[in-house]
Amino acid sequence: MSDIFNCEIIKKSQCFEYTDLMISAPEIAEKCRPGQFLHIDCGKGTTLRRPISICEVAGTCVRVVFQVKGKGTKALSECEEGGSISVLGPLGNGFDFSGERVLLIGGGLGVFPLLQAAKTAGKNSVAILGFRSADAVYLKEDFEKYCREVYISTDDGTAGEKGFVTDIQKRIICGFDLVMTCGPDIMMKNVSAVCRDNDINCQVSLEERMGCGTGVCLCCTRTVMRGGEPDNLCVCKEGPVFDSREVYF
Amino acid sequence: MNTAVEICGVKLKNPVTVASGTFGFGREINEFFPIKELGAVAVKGLTLEKRLGNVSPRICETPSGIMNSVGLQNPGIETFLREELPFLKAEGVPVIANINGSCIEDYVRIAGIAAKSDVDFIELNISCPNVRCGGAAFGQDEKTVEKITREVKAECGEKPLIVKLSPNVTDIRVMALAAEKNGADALSLINTVMGMKIDLKTKKPFFENKVAGLSGAAVHPIAVRMVYQVRTVTSLPIIGMGGIMCAEDAIELMMAGANAVAVGTATLINPYSARDIKNELVRYMSDNGISDIAEIICAAHK
Ligand SMILES: Cc1cc2nc3c(=O)[nH]c(=O)nc-3n(C[C@H](O)[C@H](O)[C@H](O)COP(=O)(O)OP(=O)(O)OC[C@H]3O[C@@H](n4cnc5c(N)ncnc54)[C@H](O)[C@@H]3O)c2cc1C
Ligand SMILES: Cc1cc2nc3c(=O)[nH]c(=O)nc-3n(C[C@H](O)[C@H](O)[C@H](O)COP(=O)(O)O)c2cc1C
Repeated sequence: MSDIFNCEIIKKSQCFEYTDLMISAPEIAEKCRPGQFLHIDCGKGTTLRRPISICEVAGTCVRVVFQVKGKGTKALSECEEGGSISVLGPLGNGFDFSGERVLLIGGGLGVFPLLQAAKTAGKNSVAILGFRSADAVYLKEDFEKYCREVYISTDDGTAGEKGFVTDIQKRIICGFDLVMTCGPDIMMKNVSAVCRDNDINCQVSLEERMGCGTGVCLCCTRTVMRGGEPDNLCVCKEGPVFDSREVYF
Repeated sequence: MNTAVEICGVKLKNPVTVASGTFGFGREINEFFPIKELGAVAVKGLTLEKRLGNVSPRICETPSGIMNSVGLQNPGIETFLREELPFLKAEGVPVIANINGSCIEDYVRIAGIAAKSDVDFIELNISCPNVRCGGAAFGQDEKTVEKITREVKAECGEKPLIVKLSPNVTDIRVMALAAEKNGADALSLINTVMGMKIDLKTKKPFFENKVAGLSGAAVHPIAVRMVYQVRTVTSLPIIGMGGIMCAEDAIELMMAGANAVAVGTATLINPYSARDIKNELVRYMSDNGISDIAEIICAAHK
């Protein structure tokens, strides 16, 4: 069950273009699942809440990491330690840990929701994290704490391997029985294709412009194939995680 | 203290209802609070057949509001009656079935189906700006409002018919009278105000349907004005809506002439909105020594 909580900002740090918040949220920390998200009231003249993924659970705190994209995330990035924010959550379905050996593949901001998944999957998991360039690389050390191995790829080769996450995925895919991925649609589309070719289950975490976060307004729908026919399902309620075979990219 | 109001012979335990399309079929919000605390629930817009709605994006934020272009996504009335209505009836909250169509014949058929069901009210939505054929077009022409109200009313049997008016007209009083003269038992207003957004990057309309419906705090003064105007020409029950974000907004609409109100966009921001507004309304009444909600309704006309 999700609810609205007023959460104190325990710790705030900024690195590259990212804001990293640790908020006190005991009820959310206790019941949330990896892949779920929070709907945050960013204040400062915004009307709707903004969806931000749960990055990590630490005791009674929840960590979120986001990049400033527009009005809402800008306002949220200006919050102060000791202040508080209104949070609706946890929302969404989260990842399904139906495999033993999990390969996590994140691209850009899509890396963030995978950290708690890595923590849950533990030492059997391997992560491939893709970024634009070296200065955008974030959370590498955190993933290394939980994963057996962490691969980095960058578009320009300034960190890790130059190229796409799928180049690495194709090389190491044998030996895994589940892939969890989050990132730009085109990346997830390619990751899904590699999984399909190798007959490996793949869960994708989708994004869409969102209203309520609870499934009442039907604004954040994506077309998925379910029960033999296409349907428009809410990313907030039926997602954000879907079986890649259901999704039309 | 009396908070109950009667709309077309149906007793609502309080005047706070929720607006169609902002409350699903009630299940999600019932996880936050018991929806039977509300006066009534208007379910998301229904059509004869299942509809998938418009392509994304369907929503954007505006100063003090939102614009949406959902396009009536719904499972179809038969599925609603089979899978959703029993839940709402079991919760014990009066149900307003919001009906939609692409042509008058569709409206007539869906009204006939709704009339034979357990819903408490039929709400004729002739004001949706988000579908290309039908929708708002029906609510923007006096002759069409007359015809559609008359033909739908003939199918409603004993069920009270609420006609939901569009704010996208020159004189809403004309449409209100057209509906009243042809059998409307109540009126609801306002639906969303037609707006548009251009994406600066693509230089194209942001929504595929080009226009979209503006709602939220931004439209509240328009709703107050229209409810007030309609009240000057009719004594039909009015369900007032448009930008109700707090109890004061609801009270304002009731003073302007609404017998009940509907909370819409506020629920998208806070799922507890409708209940909070109902509770605040009760507190306002006790703080101000108001023993009967009737003292508030139409107060601005006295
Ligand atoms: C389930 C989910 C989880 C997310 N998790 C994270 C995260 O952990 N870290 C992070 O940095 N970002 C995350 N995002 C993206 C983040 O929600 C958007 O960047 C943010 O909403 C932009 O808001 P804004 O006001 O800054 O931008 P504006 O462009 O000013 O926003 C205008 C409107 O569009 C919506 N919007 C704009 N871009 C997006 C987008 N990409 N996805 C969804 N809605 C959008 C906003 O919510 C707002 O309603 C997530 C999105 C979803 C759907
Ligand atoms: C996301 C969304 C979906 C809506 N869907 C419907 C609908 O299906 N039928 C209808 O009559 N009105 C629909 N409306 C209009 C509302 O019922 C209401 O008339 C309008 O939003 C004004 O109230 P508000 O400002 O409190 O939201 C919708 C509004 C929103 C925001």
